[in-house]
Amino acid sequence: MDRAEVDAKIRNLIEPFNKKGVEIKEETTFQNDLEFDSLTVMDFVAEIEDEFDIIISMNQQAEIENYGQLVDAVHKLQADA
Amino acid sequence: MSEGISQPDQPQELEGHAGDKDLFSKFDDIIALREGLLAQGREDPFSLVMEKVLSPTRAICNGRETILLGTYNYMGMTFDPDVVEAGKQALADFGTGTTGSRVLNGTYQGHKECEEALRDFYQMDHAMVFSTGYQANLGIISTIAGKGDYIVLDIDSHASIWDGCAMGNAEVVPFKHNDVEAMEKRLKRIPEGAGKLVVLEGVYSMLGDIAPLKEMVAVAKKYGAMVLVDEAHSMGFIGENGRGVVEDADVIDDVDFIIGTFSKSVGTVGGFCVSNHPKFEIMRLVCRPYVFTASLPPSVVATAATSIRKLMHGSNKRAHLWENSKNLHAGLRKLGFQLGTDEPQSAIIAVIMPDLEKGAHMWEALIRNGLYVNLARPPATPANMTLLRCSLCAEHSEEEVGQILEIFEKSGKQTGII
Ligand SMILES: Cc1ncc(COP(=O)(O)O)c(C=O)c1O
Repeated sequence: MDRAEVDAKIRNLIEPFNKKGVEIKEETTFQNDLEFDSLTVMDFVAEIEDEFDIIISMNQQAEIENYGQLVDAVHKLQADA
Repeated sequence: MSEGISQPDQPQELEGHAGDKDLFSKFDDIIALREGLLAQGREDPFSLVMEKVLSPTRAICNGRETILLGTYNYMGMTFDPDVVEAGKQALADFGTGTTGSRVLNGTYQGHKECEEALRDFYQMDHAMVFSTGYQANLGIISTIAGKGDYIVLDIDSHASIWDGCAMGNAEVVPFKHNDVEAMEKRLKRIPEGAGKLVVLEGVYSMLGDIAPLKEMVAVAKKYGAMVLVDEAHSMGFIGENGRGVVEDADVIDDVDFIIGTFSKSVGTVGGFCVSNHPKFEIMRLVCRPYVFTASLPPSVVATAATSIRKLMHGSNKRAHLWENSKNLHAGLRKLGFQLGTDEPQSAIIAVIMPDLEKGAHMWEALIRNGLYVNLARPPATPANMTLLRCSLCAEHSEEEVGQILEIFEKSGKQTGII
């Protein structure tokens, strides 16, 4: 799966969590722009993990602050899986 | 999840300098939240002082005689005459403290006897006593799960479990609370060959619900994971011999480690891990929160050992505590309160409040009417709920449970919650 496909899938998954309809750009941050709390993060990460059949550990999540970094990480993880 | 709202060691007042930015600026939000709450209520929910403790279920708080319903003193051992006597004797014979680590000069006869009592209680080969339950989780989890290993844990785990994960170098993978399928999916995706530790709790202390350990332990074993169960809130009460939810669910032989505390049913302070693992004793040398801190005072281990041995024969008390839990749950429900579980599953009954402000008001009304419960608020609570957590004691009489319900009714009406 190339990066654009990963991006498209994650864009779909993020929709129900993007309650305020924030425009999703590469640099959109989860904490400040999207205001995800820890429970939202858990549910959102679980959706991505199920979709791509990967694990994104908390240690890896700590490195991911914005949308672009998430797409990069998932792209790499699903290629390695 | 960390413990509730009471954080008495936080600064009482902010002195000037509010505009200056320093390392404390990061706490400004929580300071504001706390001050906002205090400004509304006349009674400070953050720094209750028990001026006198009359029994496991009664104390004088802020000058009033108060029924205690938030102490985790499930089996009421704190004033047991045999337990008190054992502590006095040890104080006289061995002095006030060990002034040393367990691995240096801090292991007395009493520490050995306490570990023996735990081995007998759980019928397990090894027992290791720590200075607190917090340190037991911190130490065991951070030591056994290292770099490249995976820890799979429930998202509602206690702060000491999370801190154990944070202190180690393992990959940390949480799953939705009590969700067996979510847990299995995560275990299935862990790379082959990696070490796996599943961390669960018997009773979750926020809502008082229990884990489906039968299913969870079976799934963990299917994927070759080791299993650690924190039974802090079930020891002495749940299971035929009080060994916890692992005993009740008949999986005690399949779990690798049980973590527990002396600060609840045992009625003093301290923590432990029991295990049948043949190499378990090496933990005493490699587990830093065991090595680099002083051991428990002789009086504490003497009271703990005596209490643990008495808990083995506590079946009548266990039965009475179940009655109390059922009566309180049914009574609160009838009064119209929203509760954390549909059925009573443990000795904790969580009353769900509409929001933090109303919760704080209700807490204040209860304390003024002579009842102490725990106020738990976000972010320590699941789904950001505000909870009034009630923990019952085997020493609460049936009449006392009736009184408790009357106080809930009166306070609920005063605050408009029911
Ligand atoms: C689930 C759980 N584990 C561990 C602990 C820590 O126990 P201790 O009070 O002995 O540090 C507690 C209690 O605070 C707890 O609720």
